[in-house]
Amino acid sequence: MSMKSRIPLILLACGSFNPITNMHMRLFELARDHLHQTGRYQVIEGIMSPVNDDYRKKGLVPARHRVAMAKLALETSDWIRVDPWESEQETWTETVKVLRHHYNESLRLLQYKKEFIKNKQPLEGSTENSLSSHYTVLPELKLLCGADFLQTFQTPNLWKKEHVKEIVEKFGLVCISRAGSDPAQYISESELLTKFQHNIFLVKEWIQNEISATQIRYALCRGLSVKYLVPDSVISYIAHHNIYTEESERKNEGDLLQPLQLHNTTVSPLND
Amino acid sequence: MEDPDKKTEVVLLACGSFNPITNMHLRLFELAKDYFDETGKYKVIKGIISPVSDAYKKKGLISADHRVTMAKLATKNSDWVEVDDWESSQSEWVETVKVLRYHHQKLLSSDPTNSLQNALPLTKPGRKRKQEPNRHDPIKKKNQSPDIKSTPQIKLLCGSDVLESFGIPNLWKLEDITEIVQNHGLVCISRAGSNVQKFIYESDVLWRHKNNIHLVEEWITNDISSTRIRRALRRGQSIRYLVPDVVLAYIKKNNLYNPESEDKNAGVVLAPLQKYASDSKN
Repeated sequence: MSMKSRIPLILLACGSFNPITNMHMRLFELARDHLHQTGRYQVIEGIMSPVNDDYRKKGLVPARHRVAMAKLALETSDWIRVDPWESEQETWTETVKVLRHHYNESLRLLQYKKEFIKNKQPLEGSTENSLSSHYTVLPELKLLCGADFLQTFQTPNLWKKEHVKEIVEKFGLVCISRAGSDPAQYISESELLTKFQHNIFLVKEWIQNEISATQIRYALCRGLSVKYLVPDSVISYIAHHNIYTEESERKNEGDLLQPLQLHNTTVSPLND
Repeated sequence: MEDPDKKTEVVLLACGSFNPITNMHLRLFELAKDYFDETGKYKVIKGIISPVSDAYKKKGLISADHRVTMAKLATKNSDWVEVDDWESSQSEWVETVKVLRYHHQKLLSSDPTNSLQNALPLTKPGRKRKQEPNRHDPIKKKNQSPDIKSTPQIKLLCGSDVLESFGIPNLWKLEDITEIVQNHGLVCISRAGSNVQKFIYESDVLWRHKNNIHLVEEWITNDISSTRIRRALRRGQSIRYLVPDVVLAYIKKNNLYNPESEDKNAGVVLAPLQKYASDSKN
């Protein structure tokens, strides 16, 4: 079987990662296995993009900590990495814009590699053929998410319809579903999602492993063990910086999520 | 603050195949320890993983050498859970109650403060009360000098599946179950909505000793069974972040789980079933 004729694919996961848990890493592993099994894709990279502090979610600790923890957790992975771009923006960035950014980045990298090969061509003419085919196929970027994510498309004011359309039409979704949830039904209930369902990959989770970050934070605040749910390096980091406390859990309490606040205002201000 | 010396010391023992050990097995220990610490009455001093011997004859059971090594690798980063290979190195399958007795004896003999008071009653293991001299005797305990701690209790740690296996005919002897819950105690990690309560209610012996059965509710669903791990390995699926990285590396290096290893002991009757079924015929 030739991996070279496959479409290169990048998986992007957006979320709070507050903190990163073993489940977040599992989503990537499950998605890669599934996409490889289709025989059409070669997953070349996984990117975790922690959300900006400006998202205003309750209990959201500073991005520098969330990025640092994700880096520690992914230290041993040879294909998943953290990208701080989203978290370093001035304000909260819509997911579709994060997708656009990373897609442009991947194209830039591809262009760079092409130039590199072209420059080397006179020296290594023989290896050029095999390399160029690998680097000239345009990569695809897909948004990786959990089952509950599809449901959030229905939440009023959380998503703009044109953004949802762009995500499923231009990029695509890889959705990991838990036992007991039926993402196929959310899709059938939405005309938009049904229209682009060829671009939505549903992956069944074969081991129930629901380590929600919220539960992890509760456990930490109560002094309970989270060992084997979160990597040891992350546990040490949390303890060392005393990140999750009752106080941190009250952060942004009562605040409206940034997307809700933005999409709620009918008159958009002139400052953009 | 309470006087920590007053707390009853507990050692948690988990028996099983550990074929291979997964993060779920390790979580059972963490959950049980948190539970006992929160009672304020107990202090967990140690956790012991005791992989079953090859003579158990379970389908797909790979050699104990490998299972023990993997468990040791997995507990390297734990400062309180350790692996003991006594059970796995026996040439015959050993009843769980005997593994409990063995570890209880070992604890007592390694603790010099207990050797005088407790050595005698324990020469006859399995008799009522004698293994827990302080349990029904609070007055005597007060009279002891504070530096003499009570005997550590050894409790069997298990998932709800083990508790429910008590109901499988010929898998357990009733007197063994009785001794486990009467003299030692059970810690059972159960999932919300499980039938463990009902199961205890429907069993006379479990009901009688329910005070010695600690039910710990799991707050995060974690269903990483070894069977599913082996299946994923045979299919070339990733099991990363479900077992410790060191265990995964060991499995790959030694090519441990494959269709042939899964066929091991196929069609062979489990050691306890073989033993007790023939006992009941006699």
